[in-house]
Amino acid sequence: MFKTYAKLAQLGVLGLNRRNAEFILRYNRRAFYPLVDDKAQTKTLCSQAGIPVPRLYGKIEIEHQIRDLPQIVADYPEFVVKPSHGSGGEGIVVIKGQVKGRYRKANGVLIYLEELQYHISNVLSGMYSLGGVPDSALIEYCVCFDPLFESVTYQGVPDIRIIVFLGVPVMAMVRLPTRASDGKANLHQGALGVGVDIATGTTLTGVLKNEIINEHPDTARSVSNIQIPNWRNLLELASRCHEITQLGYLGVDIVLDRDFGPMILEINARPGLNIQIANHDGLLPRLLQVEEAATELSSLEARVEFAIRHFQA
Amino acid sequence: MNRFHFFSLLIILSVFGLSIFLYKTFMLGFPVNPDGTSQVWKVENKIRFEGNGHPAQISMFAPQTTHPYLITTESFVGRNYGVIHKTVGPNRVVVWAKEEADGLQTLYYRGVTRKLERWETREQEIIDTAEALKNSQGELPPLEGVFLEAGLALITDAKKQSVDTESLVLNLLGRFTKENPDSHEALLLSQQPLPTTLGQVLTLHGTPARVVHGIRLPNEPKTVPLHTWLEVWENKEWTPFDLEQAKKGVPENYFPWWRGHVPMFHIEGGTLRDFRVSVTPSREDAIKAAVERGKIINPAWLKFSLFSLPVETQVTYHILILIPVGAFLIVIFRNIVGLKTFGTFMPILIALAFRETELFWGIILFSLLVGLGLAARFWLEHLKLLLVPRLASVLTIVVVMMGTLSVLFQNLGIIHGLSVALFPMVIVTMTIERMSIVWDERGPGEAFQQAFGSMAVASFSFMIMSIPLVDYLFFTFPELLLVLLAGTIALGRYSGYRLLELRRFKGLLNQP
Repeated sequence: MFKTYAKLAQLGVLGLNRRNAEFILRYNRRAFYPLVDDKAQTKTLCSQAGIPVPRLYGKIEIEHQIRDLPQIVADYPEFVVKPSHGSGGEGIVVIKGQVKGRYRKANGVLIYLEELQYHISNVLSGMYSLGGVPDSALIEYCVCFDPLFESVTYQGVPDIRIIVFLGVPVMAMVRLPTRASDGKANLHQGALGVGVDIATGTTLTGVLKNEIINEHPDTARSVSNIQIPNWRNLLELASRCHEITQLGYLGVDIVLDRDFGPMILEINARPGLNIQIANHDGLLPRLLQVEEAATELSSLEARVEFAIRHFQA
Repeated sequence: MNRFHFFSLLIILSVFGLSIFLYKTFMLGFPVNPDGTSQVWKVENKIRFEGNGHPAQISMFAPQTTHPYLITTESFVGRNYGVIHKTVGPNRVVVWAKEEADGLQTLYYRGVTRKLERWETREQEIIDTAEALKNSQGELPPLEGVFLEAGLALITDAKKQSVDTESLVLNLLGRFTKENPDSHEALLLSQQPLPTTLGQVLTLHGTPARVVHGIRLPNEPKTVPLHTWLEVWENKEWTPFDLEQAKKGVPENYFPWWRGHVPMFHIEGGTLRDFRVSVTPSREDAIKAAVERGKIINPAWLKFSLFSLPVETQVTYHILILIPVGAFLIVIFRNIVGLKTFGTFMPILIALAFRETELFWGIILFSLLVGLGLAARFWLEHLKLLLVPRLASVLTIVVVMMGTLSVLFQNLGIIHGLSVALFPMVIVTMTIERMSIVWDERGPGEAFQQAFGSMAVASFSFMIMSIPLVDYLFFTFPELLLVLLAGTIALGRYSGYRLLELRRFKGLLNQP
């Protein structure tokens, strides 16, 4: 046990306690949390700064508005219902089509309008929000994802998570949904995490529930050595999220849309630590490196350059 | 942020808490172990007399707290008698009075006494020798005429043969207790008993002395005779002399009752039938003794302690004081071990409920309640209710189930089942709701994992919280909560790995 402890410490693996005490508590001011905890605010903030986000079709804030749902989505066969204050992907429903007043979910199951409305009602009552406070539901554009990861995804939306510390992208991974994760992109739910080389944007090896894997379990295709196009652009997007939110330590979730290119799905003020498993590397040395050089990294250019230069896999 | 601030806070809290704790254990004698007992003696003095139909007044010397004995619980019993307390010289006097006493009358004095190991001197009256002499002369019958002459001759003689007060007392005592006393001694003893005579002679020469009446506390319950010894003023304090053993100092079991040569009681308007003093040794909780001691030595400490509360409130605090202990355990489980639970402090509340139900039945009943509630919750899911009405419905169902289970267990004769009513139902409801959400969102596996985690933490907390020593220590020494607070704050800055993270990140070590 102590041996494991020492080895992990030597590798610079960041634990929850340390993440909370030395990074989140120190660099993320409470006052800025609402900017990212409320996805509606994040969306506005990003749009104002010219950062691409999925388009908002409508926002349902009170029970009474739920009946307007058919009108809101009338022109959009595909859409996503998302709790504004949700976390960890909970409460998100992806509708891939409308069939005779019924809605087809991403996994192919058809649900009735009432069921969808009941779900939204639950969202409003705060079932999925942090602390159970009343919430609102966002109806937004359903990302039509880029074929890049199509061969290594089983349903759901693959996304790219980049950890940004003081504006410097320090670690990245691609999260690929599997059959076991039921289309969800969370690692602990069985999604496949694949580390990404910050310097080049090519994928490294994958990790599935602590096991090192090179092929997607459902599609049997290799997940390594996939080059993410326009990688530098992605790094810049992630870095700008630091500028607009003022948060020192954050996780940016990016999806690649076939038509609109990279989009910010959400920003997380308490990003998880599984990214270290996917990258087979500890976050701590990189974070300390950035902390040390913080004063020199005043421009976006300098921060991205710093990341590319120092965090090569 | 500020390390100096952080560590000085920790040190201040722990030092403050620990010093009060140590003061109470070492200075006030609070036992650290709840099972400790201390020796006490129950003293009873029973006086029976025949009333003659007229007003009766009985005055009796009552023992009082003097070194080394402390008198705590006292009662003065006499049917239809009024009781007055007063202080006469160094003694406490109780007076029973009645308008008309006819036939056999019985009066009781009852008291509990215990020895005080540490005695601070503030009890000792500070007087000078002249005053002590005046007092003791006032208490003893004066010598006159031929008796005075005999006494003076005796003391002058004895004085020549002794170097200090102690040898003077022992020399005189030797003269009086000789097989065949000389004429002077015999003359003096013919008038008064030995202790009084000795006192009279000593005071003649300016050495204050007084007679002490008391009893010898026995090791088994029995009726004890009154016993007399002498106190002589030496080095500005009263020093007892054991006349029987002819030495300075008295054995520890000598319990002084009153001082002076007057008899223990005086009856007006009646004839004494009999009287006896009986003593029953017994043992009492050491903590009770400590509290009583504390009242004498340093009353302020006890006035501001939990022991000053009414008993029912104390019972509440016995439970409340354990909550910080549980919270501390939760900190350990969540931040050091890394276990997941439903709700942050829910396991403590469950653990408190276990106190009433016992662990085995607690787990069974709680699982039963949550299981049934979960079934109801899934059924309610079909009705598509809004959140708050749904929670209210589950709460109602939980209460109905609790009632049903209680009635069921009652009829089955399983009394343990009745304690189901002690579970905090709002907590049960919230547990059901959270569990069903986790079930929906993350599958039954995760739900059971968290349920198991909560149950494990609750059971473990219960086991720690139900150790009598823990309850006792924190209730008796609430200042230990400050130490606990320091510990909690210290853990708040623990930034190392959680135990379960070691397993979680183990995969990282598998490959180069």
